[in-house]
Amino acid sequence: MRDFFSPGRNSFWLVLPALLLLLVALGYPLAQVVLRSFTDPEPGVGNYVWFFSRPVNLAVFQRTFVVAGWVTVLCVVLAYPYAWLMTSVGPNMRVLLVLCVLVPFWVSGVVRTLAWVILLQDSGVINRMIMAMGFEKIRLIRTQTGVIIGMTQVLLPFMVMPLYAVMRGIDLRLVQAARSLGARPMLAFLQIYLPLSLPGVFGGAIIVFILGLGFYITPALLGGPRATMLSTLAQQQVLQQLNWGQGGAMGVILLVATLVLLAFAGRFARRRYQMGAGGK
Amino acid sequence: MNLFTRLSIWLFCAAVAVWLVAPTLVIVPISFAQKKSLAFPPDGFSLQWYANLFQNPEWSRSIISSLKVAVIVAAVATIIGTVAALGLERMKARPAGLVRAILITPMIVPGVVMAIGIYAVYLDHQLVGTLTGYVLAHSMLAIPFVVIAVGASLSVFDARLETAAASLGASRLATFFTITLPLIAPGILSGLLFAFVTSFDEVIVALFINSPAMKTLPVQIYASMTRDSDPTVAAVGTLMFAATTIIIAAGLWFGTRRRRS
Amino acid sequence: MAETRHRGAAVDIRAVTKTYGSFTALDDVSLRVEPGQFMTFLGPSGSGKTTTLNVIAGFTDLTRGEILIGDRSVGGLPAHKRNVGVVFQHYALFPHMTVTGNLAYPLKLRRVAAAERDRRVAAALDMVRLTDFAHRYPSELSGGQQQRVALARAMVFDPPLLLMDEPLGALDKKLREWLQLEIKRIHRELGTTFVYVTHDQEEALALSDRIAVFNKGRIEQVGSGSDLYDRPQTLFVGRFIGESTVLTGAHETRGQETAIRVGDEWVAAPGLAGEGRQALLVRPEKITLVREDAAADPALNQLSGRVGEAIYLGSGVKYEVTLADGSRGVVRMALTDRPFALGEPVRMRWRKEDARLLPDDGSSLAAQSGEEP
Repeated sequence: MRDFFSPGRNSFWLVLPALLLLLVALGYPLAQVVLRSFTDPEPGVGNYVWFFSRPVNLAVFQRTFVVAGWVTVLCVVLAYPYAWLMTSVGPNMRVLLVLCVLVPFWVSGVVRTLAWVILLQDSGVINRMIMAMGFEKIRLIRTQTGVIIGMTQVLLPFMVMPLYAVMRGIDLRLVQAARSLGARPMLAFLQIYLPLSLPGVFGGAIIVFILGLGFYITPALLGGPRATMLSTLAQQQVLQQLNWGQGGAMGVILLVATLVLLAFAGRFARRRYQMGAGGK
Repeated sequence: MNLFTRLSIWLFCAAVAVWLVAPTLVIVPISFAQKKSLAFPPDGFSLQWYANLFQNPEWSRSIISSLKVAVIVAAVATIIGTVAALGLERMKARPAGLVRAILITPMIVPGVVMAIGIYAVYLDHQLVGTLTGYVLAHSMLAIPFVVIAVGASLSVFDARLETAAASLGASRLATFFTITLPLIAPGILSGLLFAFVTSFDEVIVALFINSPAMKTLPVQIYASMTRDSDPTVAAVGTLMFAATTIIIAAGLWFGTRRRRS
Repeated sequence: MAETRHRGAAVDIRAVTKTYGSFTALDDVSLRVEPGQFMTFLGPSGSGKTTTLNVIAGFTDLTRGEILIGDRSVGGLPAHKRNVGVVFQHYALFPHMTVTGNLAYPLKLRRVAAAERDRRVAAALDMVRLTDFAHRYPSELSGGQQQRVALARAMVFDPPLLLMDEPLGALDKKLREWLQLEIKRIHRELGTTFVYVTHDQEEALALSDRIAVFNKGRIEQVGSGSDLYDRPQTLFVGRFIGESTVLTGAHETRGQETAIRVGDEWVAAPGLAGEGRQALLVRPEKITLVREDAAADPALNQLSGRVGEAIYLGSGVKYEVTLADGSRGVVRMALTDRPFALGEPVRMRWRKEDARLLPDDGSSLAAQSGEEP
C-alpha cells in the first residue's frame, strides 16, 4: 500500500534510466578522456608536462581565460541596465525585451555565427560603415575582438535572466527609504540597490564565464589561428593530429577549471542564501 | 530618477536590443542572393539557394538525418527526463539534490571535452555516424532541459490532488493519467521542444561523431561555412528562424488566450 | 439520490498505533463511530486527529492495530479501494476540470453509465446549491463555493463514510458559520457517517453528535458536547472545551471532599484525590461574583481576588479575576446595575458540587494552542 506522505519509496527506480543514460553517454566517455590523458601514448603525466611547458599552449590557455573574462565583463555592463529596465516596464514591453534577448537562440548556433562572419568580414557591413565615416578599415574577423563580440551576443541571456530574477525581488521601498533618509539618488543606488543586486551579477557572471571557457563554435569560425581557444586546440589535437593523450589533457584542464569555478559559485550561492533573509 | 537618466537607459537598452536582433536578420537578404557570395547587401534576387536545399542531396539528406535524430531524441529524452523529474519530486531532499546535480552536468561540462570522450567510446564500439550514436549523445545532452522544464511544472503541481484522486477511487495509474499528466503537460511539452531543439542544433559532438554516411544539418552548415561562401547556409538559417518565430508566436498567442479565458 | 440511499457505515478503530521513526503520532487509539453518526475529532495541531483521519482514508499506513469500515477490515486496502469520501481543507479540486468534470470523476472511475452519472452529478450539485455553476472551472469560484463543490464531489458516489479534514479552516468566520449549517443539513439528509476533524471547539460543539478529544497521539475523552463541557474527565479536556477557572495547589482530603489551597484560602470539591497533584475546574457561568462586604455562606466555596479585566459580551459580561496565588479566575455574569470596576476587590463564589476535581496533567493553554511541543 502506498503511503502518500512518506517520500522516497520506489522513486530511485524512476531516476535510474536517466542516471544510466548519463553514465553510458557522459560518465564513461569522460572517464575515457581522463584515462587517455594519463596513458596515451605512455603512462604518466607526460601530456600535462607537455601542455604546461609549451608557450603556445600557455598562450591559448591564457587567451581562453582573457576572452571569457572580457565576455563576462561586457555581459555585466550590457545586461545590468537591460535587466533593470525589464523590472521597470509593463508586462507587454517586458515580453518584447525578453524576446530580443532570446532571438539569438532562435537560429542554430552555427547560423548565428554565420551572421557575424557576414557582418565582421573585411568587406562586411561594419567595415564599410567605418570606412564611410572616413576611418581606416579594421580587422575584426579572425581576431580576438571578433570572437568577443560574437560570444557576448550569444551569452547575454545567461546574464540578463539571473539578474532580472534577482532585481525583481528587490524591495524598491528600501531605496525609497534611503532617499527619504536623505540619500541622493546616486548614493541610494550605490548603497542599497547595487549591493542587493550583486547576487544576480555574480550568479550570471559565473554562468557566462564557465560557458565562455568551453565555447567552441564561435571561436572556431570567427577566431582563426590567432584567436584559438582551448576547445579548438583540443579538437585539433584529437581530430587532426589524432593525439588523444594531449587532446585529452587539454580537455581535463578545461573540465577542472570549470569544476573549480563551479565549486566557488556553489560556496557563493550558499552565502547568498544566508544573506537572503535580509534581502526581501 | 530624472528624465535624462531614464532616457539614456532607454537608448542604451534599445541599442542592446538592436545589437541582439539585427545581426541575425542579416542572413535573410543573403538567402535570396543571386551570386554565390556572402557579401552584404547582396545583389539581385533568386530562390536558387532554397531550391538547392531540397535538390542537393548533401543538404536534403542532412536535413532528414537531423529531423530523424531530433524526433527520436525528443521522444527518448522526454520520456526518460519526465520519469526522472517525477522520481526527483518523490525523493527525499538530500538524495534528490544530489541526483538533480548529476542530471544537470551535461549543461556544464564543456562541449569539446564531452565530444572527445564520446568520440573515443564510439570508435571502440562502432557507433560513429550511426543513428544510435547520435540519439544516445543527444538524449544525454537534452535530459537536463527536460528535467528542468518538467521539474518546474511539478514544483507548482499540487501533489495533494493525487491524494484527493485516490480518495475518489483512482488507482495510482489512473491518477497519473487523469490528474498528474494533464496538469504537468505544459512542462512536458516545453521539455519536448527543448529536447528537439537541443538535438537539432547540436554541433560540437556531431562534428566529432559524424561520418559521410550520416551527417546532421549543423555539421553540414559548419562544413559549408568553412569550405566556401554558399548562401544555402543563409537559406537554412532563414527557414529555421521563420519556423521558430511561428512556434514562439503561436505559443505566446495561445498562452495569452488561455490566461484570458 | 434517494433510492441509492443507505445508512452510513460504522467505523471501528482498534488499538491503532502509528510511529514515524521514534515519534509516536498515534498511541494505541481505539474508537467506535456508530453508523450515521456525526463524529468530530477535536484537538490541538499535532495531537493525532488528522493522522487518525488519514489512517481511516488509507493515506497513511498504520504501524499496529486494525480499522474496520462497516464490517470490512481495511488495513491492507489502498485508499482508492476504500470507497470513502474525503473533503480536504485545501479543497483539492482538479483545476483542469469544470465543476461537473470534478463531480463526474469518481463516477467515471466507477464506470457509472452516462445518463445515471449526469443525474447524480445534478443531484449532488442541487444538494450543495451550486447548479448554476456546473460549467465553471474551480479558479472561477470563491473559496466557499469551491469547498461546497469539494463536498459534493466527496458524496456524489454515495460513500457510506465521509471524512472531512478541517474543511472550513481556510474560510472567514461568517462563511464558516453558514457552511456549518449546510454541512449539518447535508448530514441529516444523507444519513452517511461523518468524521470531521477540527481544532475549533466551537465548531465541534455546533456540529457533532459525539466528539473525540485528541491530545499527544491519544484520545482523552469521547462524548457528547455536554459530556465534555460538564463532565470533563481530564484537565486537558476541561481546558480545551470552553473556558474555565483552574485552581492548582496543595490538597488535603476532608471526608468525602478534597480541598485545594489557593493563597491562604481553601476551596473544596466532592471526590477523593488520586495520585499526584490535583486541580479544581469550575465553569465561568457557575461562579458568582460578589463584593467584599457580602455575607459569607459556609455552603459555598469562596475565593478573594481583584478584577483584572472586564469584557463586554453583549449578552453579559466576562470578568477575569486575579487570585491571591496569581492564577486567573473566569466569571461570566448577566449585566447588572452596578458593574464591577477594574482593580476592585471581589469574591468568587460557587457551589462545591459545581467544581470538578481532576488530576493535574500539566496541560496549559499555551500547549493547547500548539505553541509548545
